[in-house]
Amino acid sequence: MMTTLSPSSRAATRGWSDITIRNLFVIPTVAFLIIFNVFPLLYSLGFSFTDFRASSKAPVNFVGLKNYTDILADPVIWRSFSTTLWYVIVSVTGQFVVGFGLALLLNRPIPGKGFLTTLLLLPMMLSPVVVGLFWKLIYDPSWGILNYALGLGKTAWLTDANLALYAVAITDIWMWSPFVMLLSLAGLSAVPKHLYEAASIDRASKLYTFFRITLPLVAPILLIAVIFRTMEAFKTFDIAFVMTGQPQAELISSRLYKMAFAQWQTGPASALAYIVLIMVLCITNIYVKYLNKAKER
Amino acid sequence: MAHIQLKGISKSFGNHVALRDLDLEIADGEFFVLLGQTGAGKTTTLRLVAGLEKPSTGQIFIDGQDVGDWGAAERDVALVLQQYSLYPRYTVRENLEFPLKSPIRKSSPDEIKAQVDRVAKTLRIEHLLDRKVDRLSGGEMQRVSIGRAIVRRPRVFLMDEPLSALDAKLREALRTELKNLQVNLGATFLFVTHDQVEAMAMGDKIGVLNNGQLVQTGTPHEIYNNPINTFVARAVGSPPMNLMDGQLEQGTAVTAAGQRLPLQGREPFAGRALTFGIRPEDLVLEGGAPGAARVHDIENHGVAKIITLRAGDNLLQATVPSQTSLKIDEDVRFSWNPEKVVLFDGKSGINLRHAG
Repeated sequence: MMTTLSPSSRAATRGWSDITIRNLFVIPTVAFLIIFNVFPLLYSLGFSFTDFRASSKAPVNFVGLKNYTDILADPVIWRSFSTTLWYVIVSVTGQFVVGFGLALLLNRPIPGKGFLTTLLLLPMMLSPVVVGLFWKLIYDPSWGILNYALGLGKTAWLTDANLALYAVAITDIWMWSPFVMLLSLAGLSAVPKHLYEAASIDRASKLYTFFRITLPLVAPILLIAVIFRTMEAFKTFDIAFVMTGQPQAELISSRLYKMAFAQWQTGPASALAYIVLIMVLCITNIYVKYLNKAKER
Repeated sequence: MAHIQLKGISKSFGNHVALRDLDLEIADGEFFVLLGQTGAGKTTTLRLVAGLEKPSTGQIFIDGQDVGDWGAAERDVALVLQQYSLYPRYTVRENLEFPLKSPIRKSSPDEIKAQVDRVAKTLRIEHLLDRKVDRLSGGEMQRVSIGRAIVRRPRVFLMDEPLSALDAKLREALRTELKNLQVNLGATFLFVTHDQVEAMAMGDKIGVLNNGQLVQTGTPHEIYNNPINTFVARAVGSPPMNLMDGQLEQGTAVTAAGQRLPLQGREPFAGRALTFGIRPEDLVLEGGAPGAARVHDIENHGVAKIITLRAGDNLLQATVPSQTSLKIDEDVRFSWNPEKVVLFDGKSGINLRHAG
């Protein structure tokens, strides 16, 4: 006891108890959360039942559920929703296929593996606005490198009603596949090597081994990757906002932005934000249920 | 069932030489135990036979066929590992079915069910068939792991310390079961262990590995009674063989510690540096015996007591009947059974009988 003080008693000699230290960490965090998350969340819930406009000094009237019923009856918003849903499916599936594929390729001893992995992670470390801007250059119809490289003539990726959504999705896939790859790689390298050896001794084919051993073992972590990417894809704003103004490709968050800050319909915009929140919660809940099942198996 | 032969096998990992010029032959239906310390090269040998590693030099034959270029699947071996290697998230039944369901085999569902049930019965794990393997105890897991090995009747069974992770009672029980299983199947077993008790109890033949070299092969009896050198003498037997340096003078062994013990009939070895080896059970404590020693430690094992004696600089161990009453620091007289004394060269440590 003379020389080896336990951490708590060492802190005590400096006058800080464990509780003080804990509070020092926790209180600022909780304060920040309340000021910047919890308060706006509740405040905007209040707005969603009013005709409040942040741009005017007109008196605020309580309108009940009118904002919600208006939004749910608006075909423009419904189109935005279905566009967003399709965007989420395309983008997340793409990220999953590319990311998991890369992870499978990287999950073996290859020279320069660490360097290669770092290199592949670069896209997701960039700012979305920067990514959006330079993909805009890549997609440029007259001198963009994509049309030049693929010999597609003057394809107008970002202004074509049918292509704009996919163009944004491709950018998103490029940016976020590394994330799926990173999580998959962690999952794959956690599969014990002796299981593969046992399977090879048991004369299982590569494909059989993949479906019977690899996939079930990495499924939970893959699902986590998909949950994260779905939530993010649902909220996609920055990339799309920078890249295209195509109304056919308008995602729900762009619509929300326009309502809130171009048209200053603060009340209805708050209502829409809540509808989006509830949808995202529902979708993630479904995933979480699958995740628990996958873990149980 | 199969005959295995390793010819001039060497294996290095980078700069580390794991195996050096290994020759080994395992007869059809033999229970062969490879005994050695951690890092002696046991597991490497096993993995080479399994086809999980390729030898740096040398050839491996199974039933006379050179299997050097064959993968693990083609060699038709089964492997049981210390860490069980059961497929997680599946039930016991699914684990047992796994080797039968691989596309290479194509057994009918009825056949598979019959096979699995037969194996489950043999290993007494029928009641566990529908349980997830994550919910099994260590002993149950190892049974399932053995079951997965025997379910498809491979040519060779390879076992890498399968019992080491189990507690003592279970280890003993499974040891007997495994041996019975091998006898019933008439299968060729290559069993790797660091536990000399396991080796002695189960092996038809034992191969002692040290630093990547095969030191001695033979039946447990040969290895125990006639170890090829002092290393094997110390490696096999619990407690190990007692070794005393000394010389032979006119029918008497004179140890470096000054003990004089009778040893007739070994005259040709007189006058050179020797190491006398004697098993603990062949050391006798009796009044009036020529050797003098003091009791250093007493271990009561129930069936017998193991007495550690201090005789000069030597610590000797003797097994005596458990009713013998002795006290620590008591002065005792001891002798040995001269017929059982093994002579080793004092410098090289090689058994002089083997040296010729």
